[in-house]
Amino acid sequence: MEMLEFVVPALNVKAILPQAILSLTALTVLLVGVSSPHNKKTSSLGYLSLVGVVVALISTLMINGARESAYNGMVLMDGFSSFITLIVCIVTLLTILSSINYQRFFPRLNCGEYYCLLLFAAVGMSFMGSAGNLLMIFLALETMSISIYVLAGFKSDEAQSIESAMKYFLLGAFASGFLLFGFALVYGCTGTMDLVKISAFLTAHPEVIHSKMLMGGVALMTVGFGFKVAMFPFHMWTPDVYEGAPTSITGFMATGVKAAAFAALLRVFFVALGHLQADWTGIMWLLAFLTMTIGNVVALSQTNIKRMLAYSSIAHAGYLLVGFVAGSKLGQSGILFYLLSYAFTNLGAFGVIALLGRDGGEYTSLDDFAGLGFKYPLMGLAMAVFMFSMAGIPPASGFMGKFYLFSSAMKAGFIWLAIFGVINSVISLYYYLRVVVVMYFKEVERDVVMPKPSAAVVVGLVIAAIGVLQMGIFPSYFWDMARQSVQAMLM
Amino acid sequence: MLVKYIPVLVMMLVGIGFGVFAVVVSSILGPSRRFKVKRETYECGMPTEGATYVQTPIKYYVVALLFLVFDLECVFMYPWAVHYRKLGLFGFVEMLVFMVILFVCYVYVWKKGALEWE
Amino acid sequence: MFDKVWLIPIFPIIGVLINGLLGRRIENINKSIIHWIACGAVALSFIVTCILFFQMLGLPADQRLYEFTWFDWISGGVLHTYVAYQIDPLSMLMCLFVTGVGFLIHVYSIGYMETEEGRYYRFFTYLNLFMFSMINLVLANNYLLLFLGWEGVGLCSYLLIGFWFSEEANAIAGKKAFITNRIGDFGFIIGLLLLYTSLGEHGIWTLRFSEVFTHVHLLSPQVATAICLLLFVGCTAKSAQIPLYVWLPDAMAGPTPVSALIHAATMVTSGVYMIARSNILYSMSPFAMGVVATFGALTALFAASIGLVQNDIKKVLAYSTVSQLGYMFLGLGVGAYAAGMFHVLTHAFFKALLFLGAGSVIHSMHHGLHKIHSHVDAQDMRNMGGLKSKTPITYVTFLIATLAISGIPGFSGFFSKDEILWQAYSSPHGHFILWLIGAVAAGMTAFYMFRLVFMTFFNECRAPEGAEEHLHESPKTMTVPLMVLAFLAAVGGYLGVPHALGGSNRFERYLEPVMGLGPEKLLHKAGGAVAQGAHAAAEAVHGAVGHAAAAVHEAGMGHMAEAAHHAAEHGSMFAEYLLMGISVAIALVGIFLAYTMYIKKRDIPEKLANSYPFLYRLLLNKWYVDELYELTVIKPLHGFSVLLWKGVDVAIVDGIVNGVARIIGWFSGVIRYIQSGYVQSYAVSVVLGTVVLLVYYIIKAIS
Repeated sequence: MEMLEFVVPALNVKAILPQAILSLTALTVLLVGVSSPHNKKTSSLGYLSLVGVVVALISTLMINGARESAYNGMVLMDGFSSFITLIVCIVTLLTILSSINYQRFFPRLNCGEYYCLLLFAAVGMSFMGSAGNLLMIFLALETMSISIYVLAGFKSDEAQSIESAMKYFLLGAFASGFLLFGFALVYGCTGTMDLVKISAFLTAHPEVIHSKMLMGGVALMTVGFGFKVAMFPFHMWTPDVYEGAPTSITGFMATGVKAAAFAALLRVFFVALGHLQADWTGIMWLLAFLTMTIGNVVALSQTNIKRMLAYSSIAHAGYLLVGFVAGSKLGQSGILFYLLSYAFTNLGAFGVIALLGRDGGEYTSLDDFAGLGFKYPLMGLAMAVFMFSMAGIPPASGFMGKFYLFSSAMKAGFIWLAIFGVINSVISLYYYLRVVVVMYFKEVERDVVMPKPSAAVVVGLVIAAIGVLQMGIFPSYFWDMARQSVQAMLM
Repeated sequence: MLVKYIPVLVMMLVGIGFGVFAVVVSSILGPSRRFKVKRETYECGMPTEGATYVQTPIKYYVVALLFLVFDLECVFMYPWAVHYRKLGLFGFVEMLVFMVILFVCYVYVWKKGALEWE
Repeated sequence: MFDKVWLIPIFPIIGVLINGLLGRRIENINKSIIHWIACGAVALSFIVTCILFFQMLGLPADQRLYEFTWFDWISGGVLHTYVAYQIDPLSMLMCLFVTGVGFLIHVYSIGYMETEEGRYYRFFTYLNLFMFSMINLVLANNYLLLFLGWEGVGLCSYLLIGFWFSEEANAIAGKKAFITNRIGDFGFIIGLLLLYTSLGEHGIWTLRFSEVFTHVHLLSPQVATAICLLLFVGCTAKSAQIPLYVWLPDAMAGPTPVSALIHAATMVTSGVYMIARSNILYSMSPFAMGVVATFGALTALFAASIGLVQNDIKKVLAYSTVSQLGYMFLGLGVGAYAAGMFHVLTHAFFKALLFLGAGSVIHSMHHGLHKIHSHVDAQDMRNMGGLKSKTPITYVTFLIATLAISGIPGFSGFFSKDEILWQAYSSPHGHFILWLIGAVAAGMTAFYMFRLVFMTFFNECRAPEGAEEHLHESPKTMTVPLMVLAFLAAVGGYLGVPHALGGSNRFERYLEPVMGLGPEKLLHKAGGAVAQGAHAAAEAVHGAVGHAAAAVHEAGMGHMAEAAHHAAEHGSMFAEYLLMGISVAIALVGIFLAYTMYIKKRDIPEKLANSYPFLYRLLLNKWYVDELYELTVIKPLHGFSVLLWKGVDVAIVDGIVNGVARIIGWFSGVIRYIQSGYVQSYAVSVVLGTVVLLVYYIIKAIS
């Protein structure tokens, strides 16, 4: 058992630079928050964390291109991890920008803990993309999850928020148990937790590949990751949790967690367990199909926009799984591209929804959006852009994302899956465009007044909209980046 | 492969054996007289009074949790100290980072008032 | 500096962004900021183009090709699309006059649109957007970006035709232009796809010009013909040729600077540009070239005949544009790509000038009529007259342009038009009939243009009482562009003086690197008297001049027919002089007729109209083509679509769709119930899912 040997790793700061910056910011924010309790009305904490995220983002871009494994293979530094960290940083950035506006009406959110947890969740997410060891993946997953359990229940004066946190926590812990058990089985089979070494072991011992133990491990890991990405049938928590959580956090959960979980999923399944690809493809095909279909079909009958977007997020997980099933480099690049596109789109949409929230509560019923398109033309335009992107209508980024995912499936021979994907996109048109229709064509029943948004959230929405259009009209920059990231993945 | 775990198995057997042994032996050797007082839940001590549902201040839990957290962190330092020479600079820096994080948490807990009883 | 080519399109798009997003606010502060931004953007583009142009001229002719890839656009699989620009003589030529003429028209618009309130910013935004699209069109190094520009200019054209959309006629004209162009674009894009896939069959997945043209010989002649014809369908719409020219006359509903810029000087010539750019492709298909030439010649004649009787000053110019475009296609079709492009250039000068002059006249008329609150049509020539003294600058510049378009020797139009006519006759692809049609159309052109000049600027003023003293010259911003363009229209032709007139045809040599001429053609050009070529030419002249003689004789010009007979005996040089002479003579006859009918004996037109009522009506109503389309295409299509709508769509498709939607909705409602909100039931679903997964994988492991 090589585990017992003890090798002192080199101190490699570069490999964990973005995460270190995020952690330091988190601690600073926590201290500042607790030592100045009288700044309740200012947004200094938000801006402080913003600075940290921006620095982390810059550092990510600076180390992009490096390719090495650090800390005895615990942390992998390659294009893939950089891309995931990039997504995470953008997600966090947009979430913070939205929160700065949102917290004016929910002052409970304006505290060091909120931003600290947000940043620690980001650390966990980004480590999920760069972890090279099952143990590290689990640690990162828990770091992320625990922070988010708390964030989901942060509006502790609202029963719904607490319920959402409780549900997420219970089921999350349940799923984590499965995941950990899956890891244990894989470890039991191969005697190592290192992803690259697992693959090497399986190459050396092909007879292990089809052992029941390893297969069981794969099944349980699928459960664990499937829960995090809201894959059918582990998706049931999604609508309740998304609806109850503070709106600024819902977007964060839908995009950041999904990106991180998909990153870990890709790493584990393609780096460590690439030998089993033929075995998982069948069931994942089915799950991809069911996930997107269930998500889209149920979303049709939702009247609460947050709940609708929760189901839509399930459907998007289904689309992403299409790329996973394709399994090729093209599919993996498609997943990365789509994750980034989805981050811009979804955070933009939730950003707009969060604009309507204020003291009394949130305005998340679809009817509340009636007539807003004319009343607040820019907000309406932004929301329309995000909805078009979700539905996959050019020139928004969602179209290019789906194009890459489905074309990778076609190339890999999964033509029916691609066709089902397209049919699902058509179904989804109905409920995405309904938002636009309601905004522009529906009679106003309840007069909803949008409080004047702060500059931060406007900047955030502009960034999201630019991102959506940039990735939709000139996709090449990010597409090349995604492709290089996958090419540069340490195997 | 599993041969390595035989000592663990032996240990488990010894543990179970000891437990079983103690119970069995005491039930055989000890005198056994059964009457009402003997069959009370608590044979000796104070008779129960008032409602059994007593609220404990939440502070207990906070303090207990904090104690656990910091206690476990200290436990981590033992193996570190044992291997300190081998770990060298890396170990030192890591522990420094660890301690700083702990210290920040400590400050947070203090400032937050979690350590004040009243 | 070549790698700074992206600066050319970037300035107009910056203008679009500033004026488009903030224009409303800027306009409230100060209107002039808007036109400063817009004109400045185009001016900067023009300056950059000039720099690049002269830099390119400094290179030897065979090195004048530079491709600059700005960025990858969309890539996936074999599909690689780039936003990439190409600097070569052709693209630089186009870019130069697009930005140059464009700049002048921007300046002119300041004066023309000054009274426009609230929509001023929008006008300049559209104009800048047009410049951006047009620059992309001409600078693109691949068909896809060209197509993007092609669509972009179409969009701008639509927006600008319907600029005064509160009047329904204008909105309808915009729609007509858009829909007609859509038909053409449909052909165009199918042509592109065919090109892409048929080259792809040979493993070359590209739409980049340089790659396409080096591999185009791999295509079979049939495929090449199909591609050429499909692309030409696109041109017939964009460049207003038979049968899709119908939108252009209606497009005059837009503001006059728009007519000048888009519907005369630049956008409508993009079809010509596209074919000239694809000359290697077209050279592969003599049939397609024949089609292009035939359609071009017919359009030239047909549109000119309509122009003879129109009374709306802009309509005359519109039909004249259609007719001149026909000339260009005639040139392209007979393989004289350089001559076609030359005419594009000179036409841009004199036609822009004509439109701007007409705009100046209309502007002045409008002003005058407005003062006396008259609602008489300001564009109807029957209400004009005598404007020579009122608007002297406009008159002089307009006259120069008219002389140019009529092909009077010394003015620019003469050189380019004559080159086309000569090539139509002498080129291996040419034919005497083509020349004849062109020559007759040239006579008509001279006639209707001078008719326009005489009706507008000469005789007494026919404007309503009192309006006359309010007529005056337009502001400086309008007259200065007129003068600049007049200068260009007068001397622009000297860029390409043909050999026969002692020039060296610099223009043709300039474009030579871009024109992949076949060896046979090159020889023909170089020697001019290679036996075969000369023989063919002589034969053609001999055979054809007989027809010409008959035709011309009928027209009462016997002495010319006699002269034409002489041509058959001598070499081609003499034939060139002769044909030149004939066409000039025909033009002079046209002018003379116009002078007689509209200055000397002004009762002739009415008499003619009365004695040939059918012909007159036919021409006045534009050969009833609109009505014909209405009857043969639009009505049946409408009927068919109603049938589809009521019969198929409502009954069948809607039925299925609604049925499916209802089923999905029901299903959705059912699934909702599973979502009970109880965390236990969620956990159960997780467990069930786990069990299924475990069973699946264990079965996999066993099997």
